[in-house]
Amino acid sequence: MNLTLKIWRQKNANDKGKLVDYKINDVSPDMSFLEMLDVLNEDLINKGDDPVAFDHDCREGICGMCSLYINGEAHGPDRGVTTCQLHMRMFKDGDTIFIEPFRATAFPVIKDLVVDRSAFDRIQHAGGFISINTSGNTVDANTIPVNKHDADEAFEAATCIGCGACVASCKNSSAMLFVGAKVSQFALLPQGRIEATDRVLNMVKQMDEEGFGNCTNTGACEVECPKGISLENIARMNREYLAASLKG
Amino acid sequence: MSGIFNSSIGRKFAMALSAFFLMIFLLQHFAINILSVLSPDAFNSASHFMGTFWVIQYVFQPILIFGVIFHFVMGFILEIRNRNARQISYAKNNGSANSTWMSRNMIWSGLTILAFLVLHFIDFWIPEINTKYIQGDLTGLLPNGDFRYHEELVHKFENPLRVAAYCLAFIFLALHLLHGFSSAFQSVGANNKYTRGLRGFGKAYAIILPLGFIFIALYHHFNH
Ligand code: HEM
Ligand code: SF4
Ligand code: FES
Repeated sequence: MNLTLKIWRQKNANDKGKLVDYKINDVSPDMSFLEMLDVLNEDLINKGDDPVAFDHDCREGICGMCSLYINGEAHGPDRGVTTCQLHMRMFKDGDTIFIEPFRATAFPVIKDLVVDRSAFDRIQHAGGFISINTSGNTVDANTIPVNKHDADEAFEAATCIGCGACVASCKNSSAMLFVGAKVSQFALLPQGRIEATDRVLNMVKQMDEEGFGNCTNTGACEVECPKGISLENIARMNREYLAASLKG
Repeated sequence: MSGIFNSSIGRKFAMALSAFFLMIFLLQHFAINILSVLSPDAFNSASHFMGTFWVIQYVFQPILIFGVIFHFVMGFILEIRNRNARQISYAKNNGSANSTWMSRNMIWSGLTILAFLVLHFIDFWIPEINTKYIQGDLTGLLPNGDFRYHEELVHKFENPLRVAAYCLAFIFLALHLLHGFSSAFQSVGANNKYTRGLRGFGKAYAIILPLGFIFIALYHHFNH
């Protein structure tokens, strides 16, 4: 199929940037979206032009590195997939496809479609861990009984790959789904309870300092999340946060 | 405890509390208004009681005014912060793919309600304050000895433009609550096995109550 791509081109963080049109022909419906961009880039390189910069790593939906806002949706029109798992069969011959970077003040553009998501790392550093001795005398996690339901919910929360599609989709650029998942994954388990109060206070504080917006509960994040992280995680974080604020 | 209302979650918690308060108030307001259709006498006595009982006038009325102002000021603060969180918008954004129009436009439904509240204050609240506290007439009576409340209400709904404005405002209130009702529960952290049922109840509340207010306005307009 033949497509028109409207791609955001921006030389560096300070450049103003603009959408540039590209024609691409003979795209196979079996290609992944990123493979289609690889073909475009090869073409640009052969012509001596600057290839389009975009993020990717695993190309199998587990690392969270690929991003892109495709035709008005994070990771494009398919559900429960990352951009590397999006296939060209989701599009038709003759389509015009808008390809933009994830937009949020907290995710500044580095170049073209690449954004800096290290705000997520800083939120993780503020509390997304448990302090445990790993120097040879670790206790086997299975010796601590955990309710099956809680274990399942913690596991589901832990499947968040930190891609940032929730932020990109949210009209407020809120990071509540990501932080809710990271808070929940520990709050639900006995090992995580010990530092639960400080964790939620510190992570929310960092989230606010990074400049993410407030949650209006539109639910866009849950729909666009490639891992199906649910809004219940946000409600759990709200409970954890309110209880923690009362404690100290 | 310190800093809670300076946090994103704390602000939304406060927003939800003020919204719960407003939703309960709305129910009480409706209960009295519907009396104007069912029984003008009962409406007159209820209005007189509400308008002269000191607990309501000096305790609940200031709380209500504070609640309304708090809600819309906080609404503006949240809106400004949320806009700042994305300074460059998307060239193409398909919002309807993942969220409802109501949830994305709370500020616009809210602003319509605010415009209505200004009209409502000019229509009812300012004349009340003038009669009771400036002219000092706490009797609630017309010169002919009847209660004035029902009479005044019916008179207000003669003008078709005012009736149209009221109806429009209540449609926007319905849109505001269609998202707001369940959103407020999520904001205070309540998302559990009751959520589905609560959403259904919220939809019913959001549609029936505004429709009820519209019915009352139309009833008085066409009945007199
Ligand atoms: C006076 C004018 C009003 C304005 C400007 C206004 C504005 C807003 C805004 C902007 C929000 C969304 C906040 C956010 O999530 O980011 C909101 C939420 C809400 N509003 Fe209003 N509003 C008004 C009146 C009302 C009234 C009269 C009611 C109820 C009777 C109401 C009920 C709600 C509810 C239930 C929510 C959801 C709270 C939450 O998400 O936690 N609002 N309002
Ligand atoms: S919650 Fe979902 S959308 Fe957000 S970062 Fe995690 S995996 Fe990505
Ligand atoms: S490249 Fe790893 S998830 Fe897409």
